[in-house]
Amino acid sequence: MSSNGANVLEATGVTKRFGGLVAVNDVDFNVPERAIVAIIGPNGAGKTTFFNCMTGLYKPTTGTVMFNGRDITAKAPHIVTQAGVARTFQNIKLFKTMTVLENVQVGRHSRMKARITGSIIRTPFVRREERETEEHAADLLRLVGIPRRHHDLAASLPYGDQRRLEIARALASDPKLLLLDEPTAGMNPQESDQLRELMEKLRTERGISILLIEHDMKVVMNVSDHITVLDGGEKIAAGSPQEVRANPRVIEAYLGSQA
Amino acid sequence: MSTATEPPSGTAPAAKRGGRLAPVTHAFESVTRLLPTWAWGVFWMLVAILYGLYGDTFNDSLYESTIQTLAYVMMALGLNIVVGFAGLLDLGYVAFFAIGAFVSGWFMSGFYANSNIHILVSDQTKQLPGIHINFFFVICIAAAFTAMWGAILGAPTLRLRGDYLAIVTLAFGEIVPRVFELSTSGPFGIGNLDISNGRQGITPVDKPYFPVPGLDNITRIDITPFYFIALGMMLVVLFVNVRLRDSRLGRAWIAVREDEVAAAAMGVHLVRVKLWAYAIGASIGGFAGVFLGVFQNTINVDQFEFGFSVFILCMIILGGMGNLAGVILGAVALSMINRFLLPELNGVPEKFGLNFDVTAISFGIFGFLLLVMMVLRPEGFIPNRRRKIELHEDEFDDTLISVKSP
Repeated sequence: MSSNGANVLEATGVTKRFGGLVAVNDVDFNVPERAIVAIIGPNGAGKTTFFNCMTGLYKPTTGTVMFNGRDITAKAPHIVTQAGVARTFQNIKLFKTMTVLENVQVGRHSRMKARITGSIIRTPFVRREERETEEHAADLLRLVGIPRRHHDLAASLPYGDQRRLEIARALASDPKLLLLDEPTAGMNPQESDQLRELMEKLRTERGISILLIEHDMKVVMNVSDHITVLDGGEKIAAGSPQEVRANPRVIEAYLGSQA
Repeated sequence: MSTATEPPSGTAPAAKRGGRLAPVTHAFESVTRLLPTWAWGVFWMLVAILYGLYGDTFNDSLYESTIQTLAYVMMALGLNIVVGFAGLLDLGYVAFFAIGAFVSGWFMSGFYANSNIHILVSDQTKQLPGIHINFFFVICIAAAFTAMWGAILGAPTLRLRGDYLAIVTLAFGEIVPRVFELSTSGPFGIGNLDISNGRQGITPVDKPYFPVPGLDNITRIDITPFYFIALGMMLVVLFVNVRLRDSRLGRAWIAVREDEVAAAAMGVHLVRVKLWAYAIGASIGGFAGVFLGVFQNTINVDQFEFGFSVFILCMIILGGMGNLAGVILGAVALSMINRFLLPELNGVPEKFGLNFDVTAISFGIFGFLLLVMMVLRPEGFIPNRRRKIELHEDEFDDTLISVKSP
């Protein structure tokens, strides 16, 4: 349980097969409270598939996923989000015809209570909730570094801002665990640094655990407490950044050319 | 990699393609900006009320078709929730018109002559056999009943997208009227209750009645009250549309339309949100269906053909899917073209030695209009979303630059 400071997320023996292809093979994986952990691996290693198994987009073939002591294996995505897991996507999935602010407001959906009749009559409760959601969304946008252009269409933001907007949108559901799928892809080094600071801040100020998939080794090595390496769907190594960096299997599979 | 991997193209995709009709758009926008939104609302309300009071003295048939148009506007606004907001292509909307209209037939006529139920109806109607319930109750009953059917018919389509969804809804639009047509001895042959009177249909239908002493009874000769009832109902539907659009549910609909996977990951319950879209859209269809049934004084399965679904869908697409002003404009335009322009053109083919009626190929003409629209201005007369951003342009100066550049 989380109360004794153990793991927020515990995945045990997660396997995902697509027909004959084993995308993820018997992976055990934990995210401790207030930790920043990373999954790395070459392309096609099964990182995103694993992510999707955590968030209910895929149903694992076998294995269990426990979040905060609750079984969320193969639960529908909206239930997983309700439970406190939020995510971003590798290929940005913003709501393009909605404004920046509205995108974040949608992210708040699972924490809002307005019902249809209340929304039509616009009861005092609904009014207050709408106002609070809007303020909360604006706060989150400032937090991730989008102080302006809240009423522009999401698609009109520069690429790096779109990535940050996805993070703000995910944060709107008050997650305990945030899953970031290649958050720095397409960002310049300065932006990557800002994002790293943001991750630290979310951990210390809001007590959010972060699980990220990342290709930028500088970011991964600097920010992560713990790194898991996947290759061909299997966990080939795990440990602190130093340990992983020194692991010969990792060097062979992934860092080989760079090390 | 720099931030400018993708050029920050501030223009809404809609605005970019506005191309050839850009001057029209500009003219339209500069007119729109003469008055604030609320003032336009007051202006159009005044026009609507004045027209309602005096319109029938100028032109009877125009007045009558205006009333019909108001009902079409309601239908278009209802379908807009399903198609425009939630992005679920529904080709069988006529089913809910049929169900609503038949609800009015059941509860507002002498069709079930063996029952004797009278609730808040005129003294005259009280003498008649059958079920006679006040119009204003019946629209509520019909709205609830069609909402239920909207959810029931929507449920099997939840896993479908795009073309497949369209095909299934198309089938429902065909099935429902046929069920009514053939159910002269029980729906699906179960029991022996006649629910439709087959091809003869149900007629006459009661008039709306205000149970207020001193108020003149509504007659079929003076149709002014019908105008105001339709206007009132239309405003209710519009109000519901506006409020839902700007609500938690409305945002969820748009999110689902944009990207189902992302919407689900944001905590949106896809099944529930889609079923609500179907149910609310259907209930508005039923709501308007009761009015049309009562106004036309007859409920007949011939009214409920596939063409009607397409007719309503065209209104939305022409006007601008998802934009309420656009949908209303599209509904008014198409319904008036259908009523006046096409009959005017009836003699034209003859002059070229061709032997057919223009009205007979009206759907061909609508199809052609749609085609022209898709080439010139695929986002509709009044595109969605820009208005909202314009409202905030003074607060966010950079928005001006990014959104306005044509």
